Amino acid sequence: MLTAVETVKLIKEKKLTALTALENCFKAIKERDGEIGAFLEVFENSARAQAAAVDAKAETGKPLGRLAGVPVAIKDNMAYAGHRMTCGSKILEGYVSPYTATAVQRLIDEDAVIIGRANMDEFAMGSSTENSAYKKTKNPADTACVPGGSSGGSAAAVAAGFCPIALGSDTGGSIRQPAAFCGVYGLKPTYGLVSRYGLTAFASSLDQIGPLTSTVEDAELALSVLAAHDPKDSTSVKKPALERPFNMKGLRVGLPKEYFSDMKGVSGEVAAALDTIKNKLRSAGAVTAEVSLPNSVYALAAYYIISSSEASSNLGRFDGIRYGSSVKGASLADVYRKTRARGFGPEVKRRIMLGVYSLSSGYYDAYYLKAQKIRTLLKRDFDAAFTKADVILTPVSPTTAFKLGEKIDDPVTMYLSDIFTIPCNLAGLAGISFPAGKSAAGMPVGAQLLAKPFNEGLLFNIIREVERAA
Amino acid sequence: MNNFETVIGLEVHAQLNTATKMFCPCPQADYKAGANSAICPVCTGQPGTLPAANVKAVELGVKTGLALNCRVNEISIFARKNYFYPDLPKSYQVSQFDRPLCEAGSVEIDLKPSGSKTIRVARAHLEEDAGKSLHALGSRALDYTLVDFNRCGVPLIEIVSEPDISSADEAHAYLTELKRILQWAGVSQCDMEKGELRCDVNISLKAAAVKELGQKVEIKNLNSFKAVKDAINSEIARQTAMIERGETVAQDTRLWNEKEQKTVPMRSKEMAHDYRYFPEPDLVPLRIAAARLETAKNELGELPRARKTRFMKDFGLNNYDAGVLTSDRCLSAYFEACMKEAPPSAAEGEAKAVANLITGEFFARANELKVNPEDYLSKTISPVSLVKLAALTSAGKLSASAAKTVFAGSWGTGKTPEALMGELGLAQVSDSVQIEAWAREAIAANPDAAKDFKNGNEKALGPIVGMVMKKSGGKANPRLANEAIKKILAA
Repeated sequence: MLTAVETVKLIKEKKLTALTALENCFKAIKERDGEIGAFLEVFENSARAQAAAVDAKAETGKPLGRLAGVPVAIKDNMAYAGHRMTCGSKILEGYVSPYTATAVQRLIDEDAVIIGRANMDEFAMGSSTENSAYKKTKNPADTACVPGGSSGGSAAAVAAGFCPIALGSDTGGSIRQPAAFCGVYGLKPTYGLVSRYGLTAFASSLDQIGPLTSTVEDAELALSVLAAHDPKDSTSVKKPALERPFNMKGLRVGLPKEYFSDMKGVSGEVAAALDTIKNKLRSAGAVTAEVSLPNSVYALAAYYIISSSEASSNLGRFDGIRYGSSVKGASLADVYRKTRARGFGPEVKRRIMLGVYSLSSGYYDAYYLKAQKIRTLLKRDFDAAFTKADVILTPVSPTTAFKLGEKIDDPVTMYLSDIFTIPCNLAGLAGISFPAGKSAAGMPVGAQLLAKPFNEGLLFNIIREVERAA
Repeated sequence: MNNFETVIGLEVHAQLNTATKMFCPCPQADYKAGANSAICPVCTGQPGTLPAANVKAVELGVKTGLALNCRVNEISIFARKNYFYPDLPKSYQVSQFDRPLCEAGSVEIDLKPSGSKTIRVARAHLEEDAGKSLHALGSRALDYTLVDFNRCGVPLIEIVSEPDISSADEAHAYLTELKRILQWAGVSQCDMEKGELRCDVNISLKAAAVKELGQKVEIKNLNSFKAVKDAINSEIARQTAMIERGETVAQDTRLWNEKEQKTVPMRSKEMAHDYRYFPEPDLVPLRIAAARLETAKNELGELPRARKTRFMKDFGLNNYDAGVLTSDRCLSAYFEACMKEAPPSAAEGEAKAVANLITGEFFARANELKVNPEDYLSKTISPVSLVKLAALTSAGKLSASAAKTVFAGSWGTGKTPEALMGELGLAQVSDSVQIEAWAREAIAANPDAAKDFKNGNEKALGPIVGMVMKKSGGKANPRLANEAIKKILAA
């Protein structure tokens, strides 16, 4: 499969048409998505119309956008006017979005072609995409394994060669963990860098849209299009991503001692892959330094309180009154009860209950407020760590992709697979997951680099250097 | 009843005077607009939508705080109030909770028959309105509910008083003053009929000797000043009777039944919602920069109460006239424009005459013709003319009836009183020779009345004066005519 950068180049040189690029994608999808299950829907008609419009533009010599003719999949929680959006949930079955998300619109404005909506854990709650109400997505590297989650459909689509770029959303690792499981690049931009307008909210203070790609260049290209201030999103920032002179020589790579001194729970293969990356960084001129994130041990607990609290409020709008599925009842309360009981899956219900409890009067201080305090302490930990290091290296997930069904009945074990990715969201940092090799069984292993807010450019540069050192 | 003190606090919701809604670009629809004609993905809670705070609404919130002598917080925080209802599309209302925009203010109210009292304002905060649920169409009850989201997301300021109000009359005075201030500041039009001003009452009774308050009863959604007064009086009577019977007043939320003139229970507190307030993560903390505060202060200018005091002091107006003239910002500006035209040497009576003309003839006509107060200076009668008219009348150069004619003639035409007097021949005749001649003719025509007057019947003078006025075509100065008749008959 062509990368996005290659696709744009060929189309601009008139060596490829957008329609051909699109049909190649459709062909790959038809051949293999029956087995993989990355897509919930392929937008054949609107994608062909878009591609034809790009070709018409090219023919008349009009300037083409930065993503001219690049096929892009979007996660099923992003609004695209006139298209269905279900968030992987039965409660939104049949819902057609009346407007387009800012991130999706920015892709379209740069002549990207939106090819379909990718499967996901219901309302982005999960780490295996098994919580989708519609289908299971398989890991292209081994179809007995999960693709990770919640952006499992997006990661699988890129890994299977269905499209060069897929958008995901990351609340606690939902872009980075599936990227690692599937062997692709997954960027969680700094909170506020990409507009959330049109992204169905899971946890508003943590959610961020980002790209999953097969090369670092494509991730960089996608971010350059996505990142912009949006007056419709009050939390989006006016500050652009920083461009700083980059020098690999003497670059300080922080290794959190809480993660590296005792890699308990981290598989040997993941630990070995991290060692390889460390060595590559050193041989490229970087120095490693031990840093400490003492409050990271509380991060998982704080995350589940905060994200569930926000989710319990965000998901209240799915009440069967204005849109989505609705069940008739004897009274208003009965309509709510039946609609939500039937519409939401077990993981979503679990989180709503947890969130309602944490925000309830009498419990608020002990749970929600305390979790917010931990969040502040964790931010301070990172502030301190970033005085000693320019970036921080960690695993993405303790293991490679696990088997379908392996953890689905054990929520806590499932939650633990996000232990390395969650702190980045709580602290609002930039984080990227990139391929770090393969296990003996041939399963992809990912490594994570974290940087201070708005230092995405630094992350891209480092990964390029590491790959050059290979 | 004498044994109990009444403790009342009011929560007032005023609809802010903005073109668009609190968090989306939808217009604030006229209340007559078709159902769901002013809605968008944001205010109907479509998945993925986000709020963006209306800058104008924030500015009006700041002005409210300043006008109510509040501390306007540099940082305030929007919070979500969570509950389920069909007219609340997001399942939460964006409001402010533990860090409101304005705190610790006060409103000065007039007491009857005299004196004043300070009602403290606990807080004023910004929030969005919910939609409207219709359970009936006209008189036909529906077995379903219709929801209109036009009102959903309309910006409101909620003003919460401390429990400093002690009677229905005080509550009325507080609301009157609050409405005057909000209208003055341009914050809200406060039209209660359109639901632009809504009031909840918290009321409890306590024995005079007891320190702690009794259980609080809340009366919700009162939509007229009269309803507030009636509901309070009815609730005082109900609670008094209960306490006198030895019953305990339970904490309660009640509604006012206008028809039966009594409060009825709405829901008991046991069933009350846990609103699960928490900071709205989709909105950053609201920061009011010092410069923004300064701008609002300047735009707000002199407040009605200060202006009233100044009018009394500078122009010698009485409390009533000064009150009427400062009931509306444009009206007070019009009065000031008039006083600028009055000669600096003008006696106190001059201001009184101008005030009388404005509060009487001017106000009546402006209301009758529904003149927008903003057009007082351009579409009524020019301040120069009004002052001239007042001066001519008090100098006896125009009779009261002639003054009315001149007033009407100059309204909206730009004609000066002098020009009109000439045009209509309305100058009052004060020439004593002419008046005496008319008086003699009038006495001659009314011999019986003249005889009665000579016999001591003062009233008999009336028909003779009337005859003078008739002979003069209404132009004779009635005071001089009176004097002339008396002089002749006494001779």
